Amino acid sequence: MLEVGNLGCVRGDHRLFAGLSFSLSPGELMQVQGPNGSGKTSLLRALCGFLMPEAGEIRWRGKSIRELGEQYFAELVYLGHHNAIKDELNALENLHINAGLAGAAVGDQQVLAALRRMGLRKKELLPVKVLSQGQRRRVALARLLLTDAPLWVLDEPLTALDVGAVDLIQELIGEHVAKGGMVIYTTHQPLQVAGVQTRTLALA
Amino acid sequence: MMNKLSLTGLLALVVRRDLLLAMRRRADVLTTLVFFVMVVSLFPLGVGVGQGPEAQMLTKIAPGVVWVAALLASMLSLGRMFSADYLDGTLEQMLLAPQSLPVLVLGKILAHWMTSGLPLVLMAPVLGLQFNLPSGQLGVLVLGLVLGTPVLSMLGAVGAALTLGLRGGGVLVSLLVLPLCIPVLIFGAGAVEAVASGMDYVAHLKLLAAIAVAATVLTPWVTAQALRISME
Repeated sequence: MLEVGNLGCVRGDHRLFAGLSFSLSPGELMQVQGPNGSGKTSLLRALCGFLMPEAGEIRWRGKSIRELGEQYFAELVYLGHHNAIKDELNALENLHINAGLAGAAVGDQQVLAALRRMGLRKKELLPVKVLSQGQRRRVALARLLLTDAPLWVLDEPLTALDVGAVDLIQELIGEHVAKGGMVIYTTHQPLQVAGVQTRTLALA
Repeated sequence: MMNKLSLTGLLALVVRRDLLLAMRRRADVLTTLVFFVMVVSLFPLGVGVGQGPEAQMLTKIAPGVVWVAALLASMLSLGRMFSADYLDGTLEQMLLAPQSLPVLVLGKILAHWMTSGLPLVLMAPVLGLQFNLPSGQLGVLVLGLVLGTPVLSMLGAVGAALTLGLRGGGVLVSLLVLPLCIPVLIFGAGAVEAVASGMDYVAHLKLLAAIAVAATVLTPWVTAQALRISME
């Protein structure tokens, strides 16, 4: 499904990685490992098409993601360092907008169910600015419940999350992979998903 | 399966979202409007109101003053057009929108016009009175602003997208966008002067409308490309 061939990435005049090749098939979970500054985020951003790689190609279902463009974006969820939520809006409004930007028209019930699953019951109508860092991250992660995109690209999904939330994310990833989804992620905390072999990709 | 959002649905969603955000941050909308009112009001105070030649001069320069003030006021809010979304990561999600980035950008431009251009249009007749503008000229001035202020938002969007994430972006946007706005200024102010001298003003307004149509077609697409470049 996702094939990366001979990918090279340069930031400024610093070469992050070169000749990177791997592929990801349905039902697979891949962790990108490497010390700070090794290019984990750059790799994930290249997978989302934000970064134009210096060399190599990224293919989705056999076609270059450059050619696919919006067709590819419809099958991708990206969760970056930033939560992409607005302080002035409440969690419900934020998720409606996020789902809409991702191309899905969702009802209030669906959004409320997603927020409850993320442990944000009774926080739905509070402006996000009064929530804690971890709670904001939970709002951002609730997006994963409002999409049926097969490819999840998660950059440090566990930042600011407590133990309970980490378990929840592991559960979500497990369900997604069991349905034939694909997840590629970076993390500095260990992530254990029951019943799934995690592949690792090491960036030096 | 999730229900797919239509293109018009996306447009409505983006406009509603930006208007909602503007409602919760009213100060931003008000600064643009207050700036416009202040700049325009300074001229009668500076030139002097009265009966003699000053009053005539004031009426003569009024369209130019209102248009220049509108131009400067619309520059004020351009910096905010994409920067907040850029800083909190929303822009990344927008670039990944599967429908159409240009349509999404058009929605943002529309919302920007509603919060920065439209208030100026509504305020202009009141300000025109300070300059003793006859009602005929006032009407054409407002018509010109209705056609011209959206163009300012559209050209501004291109500038704002190009300078995204740059230090001193605010000043740079003005330097980039102001020269491009000169045609709008010329035809907008020209239409009112044409009425004043008893000539046909329709040609000016038609040219303004043509600029607006061309900008509607081109700028969302150019802005979308500029955003992708700025995101690298």
